[in-house]
Amino acid sequence: MGCEMTRLAVPKTYKLYIGGKFPRSESGRTYEVLSKKGVFLANASLASRKDARDAVVAARAALGGWSGATGYNRGQVLYRIAELLEGRRDQFVEEVIATEGVSKAAATSQVDIAIDAWVWYAGWADKYVQVAGNGNPVSGPYFNLSTPEPTGVVAIVAPQQGNSLLGLVSVIAPAILTGNTVVVIASEAAPLAAVSLAEVLATSDVPGGVVNILTGSPAEIAPWLAGHADVNALDLAGAQSLDWVDLQVVAADTLKRVLAPESGAPAPSLERIVAFTETKTVWHTKSLL
Amino acid sequence: MTEISTSPTHSFLDYAPAPESKSILHLKKSYGLFIGGEFVKGSGKPFLTVSPSTEETIAEIANASAKDVDAAVAAARKAYDSTWRKLSGADRGKYLFRIARLVQERARELAVAESLDNGKPIKESRDVDVPLVAAWFFYYAGWADKLDYAGLGPNPKALGVAAQVIPWNFPLLMLAWKIAPALAAGNTVVIKPAETTPLSALIFAEILQQADLPAGVVNIITGAGDTGEALVNHPDVNKVAFTGSTAVGRAIAKSTAGSGKKLTLELGGKAANIVFDDAPIDQAVEGIVNGIFFNQGHVCCAGSRLLVQENVHEEVVERLKTRLATLRLGDPLDKNTDIGAINSREQLDRIRTLSDIGEKEGAERWTAPCVIPDKGFWFAPTIFDNVSTSSTIAREEIFGPVLSVLTFRTPAEAIAKANNTPYGLSAGIWSDKGSKILAVADELRAGVIWANTFNRFDPASPFGGYKESGYGREGGRHGLAAYLSSAGWGAK
Repeated sequence: MGCEMTRLAVPKTYKLYIGGKFPRSESGRTYEVLSKKGVFLANASLASRKDARDAVVAARAALGGWSGATGYNRGQVLYRIAELLEGRRDQFVEEVIATEGVSKAAATSQVDIAIDAWVWYAGWADKYVQVAGNGNPVSGPYFNLSTPEPTGVVAIVAPQQGNSLLGLVSVIAPAILTGNTVVVIASEAAPLAAVSLAEVLATSDVPGGVVNILTGSPAEIAPWLAGHADVNALDLAGAQSLDWVDLQVVAADTLKRVLAPESGAPAPSLERIVAFTETKTVWHTKSLL
Repeated sequence: MTEISTSPTHSFLDYAPAPESKSILHLKKSYGLFIGGEFVKGSGKPFLTVSPSTEETIAEIANASAKDVDAAVAAARKAYDSTWRKLSGADRGKYLFRIARLVQERARELAVAESLDNGKPIKESRDVDVPLVAAWFFYYAGWADKLDYAGLGPNPKALGVAAQVIPWNFPLLMLAWKIAPALAAGNTVVIKPAETTPLSALIFAEILQQADLPAGVVNIITGAGDTGEALVNHPDVNKVAFTGSTAVGRAIAKSTAGSGKKLTLELGGKAANIVFDDAPIDQAVEGIVNGIFFNQGHVCCAGSRLLVQENVHEEVVERLKTRLATLRLGDPLDKNTDIGAINSREQLDRIRTLSDIGEKEGAERWTAPCVIPDKGFWFAPTIFDNVSTSSTIAREEIFGPVLSVLTFRTPAEAIAKANNTPYGLSAGIWSDKGSKILAVADELRAGVIWANTFNRFDPASPFGGYKESGYGREGGRHGLAAYLSSAGWGAK
């Protein structure tokens, strides 16, 4: 009312997201997140090897329930993520502007595309099995059906250059809609949107452990995930600037399924959905009548 | 010389030998490499292929050096650029149909060659391997001009030159699994059969000549592991497909990392064959026998771990022993033979070593009462009972006629034990209760699940593993994806 009332802001503590909870790094380490102009924005958790391993344990524990849910159910949960993201649109736009230094229009566009990606992928959850599966006309008295199933625990290096929200969504959504659980390393330079996305996930009926988000150095954490025997697949989408061939070599020890680096945020595609599925073919005899 | 009786007292089991004649074969004394449509000399030191049932030499086989691998890849590249990629899908299909017909026409000859070189019983090569080879070419022939309908988006593209390395257990069938989808999708091929079983592939090369397949579209090079290594690591191949051991598959995954080569691997297995107490026991016993003693157990998807519900354990094992006592082990070319020869001395040694370990670790060993021929490589059907989950023979792939028996009480325990392996290729379920079968099938982490049957294969049915049994599928619509790049699956 005429007088200048400046309210002191309440900054958020940005933490990891593991098993549905928001712990700090067990190492106690943090790193400074700066704006493009070098202004301090926040201290993010600098995830350790132990945090990565804890996240794999959480992802494995969540796998049975999530992969056992119906596609219809998973689709609704993914759509719920879109709903909640829509409601917090402004916050994400601000975080994208702050960390990436892009215009408001560009940030808004990124957030909108990310929301729409959740909607697009949500619709696939109860359809991809029909499209990627097959009834097989074998030459004999057998019922024979091929269906895709989730590969298991997927470790992901999220896109690191720009698209701090969209890049993350573009790798998480196609992996989890089929029933996989993920451990994802967020954009190192711009992790704020990732942690806020975790808050959206935590309130969107996504069971704890289905998505685990680590902030910190991909170069430090990725090798532990690539070599982890309880990780079934490795998405190197954002690993261009890492020694990613070495990661692929380590992943071969347990014959992980590996997706190579891509530039930018991977476009929504059925190929990405099917990449981390396994085709199971069941034969059953037909009796003679 | 042909041992067919199992015991002097079981006279009703004695059959007069009925050997398939070798006169149908017109083998050469030595075989070259099939490169650019012709047989050429290899620059490596030639090796001999022997019949594992007699240890007699069959033929001398050329050994492809790295230089020969270069020549084969160059021939495949040239054929891809100048001929094959320009051909319509319909014409590619016609070549594949021709090949299928020629395989059928020469089926008997191929079956004899396969049993001679591999040691598998003629009734299997004649009734399973070779008919499936023809079926595989027929099936993929029809896909060649219908790739737009394969579910990979519009206008999927061939990858280029495919490097393919195959094992010795189903020499010609594995060749068909590799070559048929590769050619249908528009790729050209360099394929290396296993060192101990090159014969049927070389007869197949003659079939390609009879089919007038353009030179270089398929190149067949023989040799050992170093030849295969040079082939998969060749910089001018776009696709690598390997069937064999998990150890070699792992090495290939490492050496091709970052190369951009599309890789499919069909590797080892340690399949659980689960028998519930409500199973049709007679059928189950036949299925167990087929699961582990088919092809002397040289099957990556063999049902090598029998998980039997505790209350029917004794009955199942007793009936199994009775059944195994009737199997005839001996001359692979004899039409009465059920169990042929082990493919090589090396493999026989491995089976013996692992079996000895099984015994030392406390499992109860039982061996079928059969007479072992003097010459050749043989291993009588063997059952290990009371095997624990931690036992070496319950964990490692033996790749021989050795069955490990474990028990369970509840479906949950069966599932947990079945999945307790880094492998995930196949599994079997025996029960008369359909809802139980489907529920258990959902929980098993394996690429192929046979319910009330085992070891069924069909060109329309995708085959391949979960976990460390490899990735990619062979067979069916899914098998095409391994040889095509798709670009049309996006959101827009």
